[in-house]
Amino acid sequence: MKKQAKLILTGIAVVAVLAALFVLPISKKPFDFGGKVAPWRLGLDLVGGSHLVYEVDMSNVEAKDRDSVMGGLKDVIERRVNLFGVSEPQVITAKEGDSHRLIVELAGVPVEEAIKQIGETPMLDFREVIEIGTSTAFLPTQLTGRYLKKAQMTFDQTLGTPSVSLEFNEEGGKLFEELTARNIGKPVAIFLDGQPIEVPTVQEKISGGTAQITGKFTSDEARKMVERFNAGALSAPMSLMSQQTVGASLGQESLKKAIDAGIYGTLIIVLFMLVYYRGFGLYASLALVVYILLTAALFKFGVTMTLAGIAGYILSIGMAVDANILIFERTKEELKRGLSRSAAIEEGFRRAWSSIRDSNISTGITCLILFVTTSSFVKGFALTLGIGVLVSMFSAITVTRLLMYVFSTKEHK
Amino acid sequence: MCFRRRNTSNLIYHQTMNIIKYKSVFLGISALLVLASVIALSTLGLKIGIDFKGGAMWQVKQVSGDVAMNEGTLKDFLGTTLEDKNFVMFPADDGSYLIRMSAISEATHQQYLQDLRATFGTIEEGQFQSIGATIGDELRAKSLWAIVYVVLGISLYVTYAFRKVSYPVKSWKYGVITLITLLHDVIVPAGFFAVLGWKFGVEIDTNFIVALLVVMGFSVHDTIVVFDRIRENVLNHGGNTKFEDIVNKSVNQTFARSINTSLTVLIVLIAMYFFGPATLQYFILTLIIGIAMGTYSSIFVASPLLTISRKLSRV
Repeated sequence: MKKQAKLILTGIAVVAVLAALFVLPISKKPFDFGGKVAPWRLGLDLVGGSHLVYEVDMSNVEAKDRDSVMGGLKDVIERRVNLFGVSEPQVITAKEGDSHRLIVELAGVPVEEAIKQIGETPMLDFREVIEIGTSTAFLPTQLTGRYLKKAQMTFDQTLGTPSVSLEFNEEGGKLFEELTARNIGKPVAIFLDGQPIEVPTVQEKISGGTAQITGKFTSDEARKMVERFNAGALSAPMSLMSQQTVGASLGQESLKKAIDAGIYGTLIIVLFMLVYYRGFGLYASLALVVYILLTAALFKFGVTMTLAGIAGYILSIGMAVDANILIFERTKEELKRGLSRSAAIEEGFRRAWSSIRDSNISTGITCLILFVTTSSFVKGFALTLGIGVLVSMFSAITVTRLLMYVFSTKEHK
Repeated sequence: MCFRRRNTSNLIYHQTMNIIKYKSVFLGISALLVLASVIALSTLGLKIGIDFKGGAMWQVKQVSGDVAMNEGTLKDFLGTTLEDKNFVMFPADDGSYLIRMSAISEATHQQYLQDLRATFGTIEEGQFQSIGATIGDELRAKSLWAIVYVVLGISLYVTYAFRKVSYPVKSWKYGVITLITLLHDVIVPAGFFAVLGWKFGVEIDTNFIVALLVVMGFSVHDTIVVFDRIRENVLNHGGNTKFEDIVNKSVNQTFARSINTSLTVLIVLIAMYFFGPATLQYFILTLIIGIAMGTYSSIFVASPLLTISRKLSRV
């Protein structure tokens, strides 16, 4: 039995060391895998950046086209922020009641330029293609997204291949007729925000205000095209509802301070546990270190750390030793009752369990509800605190128990 | 290194305190605090932050410039530049200034920044937030719902936790008392923030609500540890010992763990309050007050109330 316990303990120690190497920012080979495999993902409040919420005015858009317009706008905004070289921009569409929203997260600074660009309505226009020798020039025409009524995805009746049909208004139909008449057999380029997105070749003069773009594309590509056309054609102006921008230096300072506070807090807890519970405190402290490393590694795999998230993590460090305290107090009582040391420890673990479980449940309930009902910033806090509570139940009970079993009950072997 | 058997007398033990006997003192202190908090909340009210009603918050700091930025010069500048004349400005501890005004667009923000640079030279922006009124309303509604759900969830859980006890106090009474202490633990920090708002203009935001919800979770957990022990002792002693004595014994037995479990949490919170980032300061402060109150109430309020409720039901 003891041999087995030692083996498990060694396993936990190895995992903890690996977790430490994984978590800490080490740039020396061969221990630099942590940064390569899964670099820390830090929230905007720590690296600096902007969290923007736009409302899209859909009053001029028919209900069935709204999702397509949102998809198109998202695509347009993504292209725009990518132009500014913002790292890992995030564009999310959301719906709150009847209000359609685009949430844009931009990390790093300066973001002012990007913000300025995002607010603009997408520009769609048609250009003639002129080839002079080997170079190609694009000649702007009068035909812009303003004249496009809408775009739609259609399927060929017999072959089932997707195509995109365009519908112009009366004026647009005439402009398009003239444009196609001039360019039979030649390509015409369609630009979005000054970038060519499609260059179909004109087969014939097209009158009547409707056209079809066919080609070898998948239905996904066709849908994307439709979204882009619609974003540029349909009038769905965006307005900024809320903005949160954090300067890079403030973010870095916050991160440093939070980590410092976490280190100080942990050291004082270890000191307290050693002074108050002596040898037992050492086991609890070791279990706490294992806890800190394991949770940090867990977070690194998929949690974007925000300031609130780090606060939840640090708070969970304070709670992680609670289970140990409950166990040790119970063990002390059992010793007082005259039980042998190993029996008292056994009894301490057994009887403290219901208190440990019950006390963690109420915090768990709070975290769960916060995670479900709230949005981004609070979610991070609820997530780290909740994960922390779960992992700490393992570390404080299992790890401490193994340590005590292996090191503290020798004489009864 | 080796670990040997240690004499148990090395461990610290607490002397018995008669908490139930002096319950009027402890309950009196709580009653005063709650009363003061209720008065503060009803007369002063809480200052609602821009999270919940919309508005803009802007943090700026002068790096270098010919005109020194101080409260006077900045106030003059803002008075002439800002469209919203009801702005509020206050200094933060790192030499930067926080300006609160009604919500503005990004263009206006850039315009103000340009004007600010023209007057004060090199300016560093800490943070800028502009929240529309719609978002504020939504956040407020979401927070209220979160409170409702947490209270509901915890009530259900408490009912479940005490389902087995019915002697000599009915199980629903344990539940009700747990919820009373929960209320006690959140009213006091709320009252404290009413005073902070009145004295220093401190506003409550989403973080404040989150802190109160976390306090609720903790409050219940502390109380359950004590009640759990009372339940156990009642089962062991049966009807031979006076209920008051059982309660008193239980509180004393769990005293060290109640204090210590809260203490470790308070240690990290205090470390975060003093060394952590300034943006989290009031969030942490709410937690510190709430958790300290939760520890006090689980020892000095919950158990005395339990004996009182038993006495009342016997009359």
